[in-house]
Amino acid sequence: MRVNQLSPAQVLASLSGGGFRVATGPFNCRVQSDIPAIAAELAQNYAHHRLLGPEEFIDFHIAVNSSRGLRRWIRPQALFSVDGVEPFTPLPRNQALPMIEWGLNWCITAYSNHVLILHAAAVARNGRTVILPAPPGSGKSTLCAALVNRGWRLLSDELSIIRLDTGAMLGLARPVNLKNASIDVIQRFAPQALFTEPVHDTTKGTVALMAAPQASVEAVDEPAWPAWMVLPRYRAGASTSLTPMPRGEAFMKIADNAMNYHILAAEGFRAVGDLVDRCQHFSFEYSDLEEAMQVFEQLASAPGDVPCTV
Amino acid sequence: MSLLRQVLLDRRRIVALSALDWDLLVRQARHANLLGRLYRCLQAEGLLSQVPDRPHHHMKSAAVMADRQHMLVRYEARFLRDTLASLGLPLILLKGAAYVVGDLPAASGRVFADMDILVPRERLPEVESALIMTGWLGEKLDEYDQRYYRQWMHELPAMQQMHRGTALDVHHTILPPTARLKPDAQALIRDSVEIPGWSGVRTLQPTDMVLHSACHLFHEGESDNLLRDLSDLDLLLRHFSVSPDFWPGLIARAATMDLQMPLRLALRYLVQVLDCPVPSSALQALKAERSDGVAEHVLDFVYSRTLRPQHASTRDWATPLCRKLLYVRGHFLRMPPHLLFVHLARKAWVGPRTVSAAALQQDAP
Repeated sequence: MRVNQLSPAQVLASLSGGGFRVATGPFNCRVQSDIPAIAAELAQNYAHHRLLGPEEFIDFHIAVNSSRGLRRWIRPQALFSVDGVEPFTPLPRNQALPMIEWGLNWCITAYSNHVLILHAAAVARNGRTVILPAPPGSGKSTLCAALVNRGWRLLSDELSIIRLDTGAMLGLARPVNLKNASIDVIQRFAPQALFTEPVHDTTKGTVALMAAPQASVEAVDEPAWPAWMVLPRYRAGASTSLTPMPRGEAFMKIADNAMNYHILAAEGFRAVGDLVDRCQHFSFEYSDLEEAMQVFEQLASAPGDVPCTV
Repeated sequence: MSLLRQVLLDRRRIVALSALDWDLLVRQARHANLLGRLYRCLQAEGLLSQVPDRPHHHMKSAAVMADRQHMLVRYEARFLRDTLASLGLPLILLKGAAYVVGDLPAASGRVFADMDILVPRERLPEVESALIMTGWLGEKLDEYDQRYYRQWMHELPAMQQMHRGTALDVHHTILPPTARLKPDAQALIRDSVEIPGWSGVRTLQPTDMVLHSACHLFHEGESDNLLRDLSDLDLLLRHFSVSPDFWPGLIARAATMDLQMPLRLALRYLVQVLDCPVPSSALQALKAERSDGVAEHVLDFVYSRTLRPQHASTRDWATPLCRKLLYVRGHFLRMPPHLLFVHLARKAWVGPRTVSAAALQQDAP
């Protein structure tokens, strides 16, 4: 059963009761909240995700609730917790929905040292994945959002997850977090995409969440393999250029962007090494999204092998 | 009995767990800081293949994090050894760091927030300067807190490695000087033993290591890691007691060190909670089997709640009260202000006593 088969009342009841339970690729999540205002947009963000039965193992039991006391009424706040642990200070209550996404990302990075996790977007075509590691402001999320509206499968806009045993990528197909100007850019670029109302004045500026395309969600458990590492940089007025990157530099870029490279120690070194070996590496500068799409289209049409074992 | 405790007592129980049981077990173990240890336990008994993927990932993730910390601790130990060697002092590791560098079973899956070391009190100022010179910076504290630590506590304000972030507690004894029990720090240092293969790095001798662990456990005011600390003790005792003169030595040492109270409690709860094979001669020598008087029944009541994994699923009406009592007791044992005494004594004697008998039944082993 999928989330969009629930009525709004059922979504609301699950949030305030036993929890809204969805599968997001390798992680099963249960969300509880006493903030009814988030229900409709949460259901929109996860419309095509599989609902979990009451007997299934939950990886992250999270809650986003109104802060108690005066904060319930005056400048109301929302508090994120995972199984009773509160990793963040509260935020204004209108940020409750993005907070769920930030919180889930925190859970994944805090509790998942059985995989290599890169701070990078990942999108795939025909089982081959482009990894887009980049610092904030580089246009990584914009590029990722544009690509998944042009037939690329969304794995994640924020966390590239790589199995340590097989080297395969794991997709999440959760909503894409867009910030500031890129919200307008993507809304114009992909008018069919579903967005939440923008939330202003967060620490990242204005944010809006774009739901993952239905096809990405339905393919979430299909295998995907790392094939390209592309370090994007948006620069106003720049012409589109894709430049090969030496392997040594690529290793350092990937290691720098790995959330748990240092925790995995020797295994992390091996995993990043394997990943570098599996991929072609580029740096990419762009200002025009349409031109950027063509470059990625060419990448995808180049012949390449996909391992057949999982 | 919590699911975590059931599994710690009988590992084979995991073969019959449902997905929901696993869900609960992972959460309880995470809250008790025992998730990585659970992984190592099941691995040691060849049971990992019986663990479904999802809980397996969570446990492995915790074990990987513990491994990483162990690597860091061994790394820091080399630096600290060299720093102390320049003052002609050995590095004496306490608690988790001692288990890890000494390669003891209590290191299994153990995570910790800081490293603890022991130095002679009269050498503290030199040690502190040498540490600062090698990049260990003290916490920023106001004057009152500085004085509080230096005058009343058994350790310097926490230090942190400026390059690597490691936290360090420098102790000159194992209990605050104001505590009512007065273990002999000089004897602890004198009788410390070198770790094989680690020239210049020492741990307390086995009996003292057990006494320190017990002492820490039963002066602790925070409930969150109590079950983990009890599990440390369980692993230490199972390991050291292979030597036939260990138990008589431990009992005798507890008497000379003025640490019979914590050992007595430790042995009682080790048997009750983790089924630790403590010989009856040792239990009898300390009269550990029977709770004496009202105060000890109150303690039994408090520890029956706080030695559970501190997770919502094990909580009942008395848990918040017990956590608070433990906190208050921790302070009470560390310092003797009379006003506090009167206030707390009334709380400890009157409050919970009226309910203890019924509540104790629920979590009986």
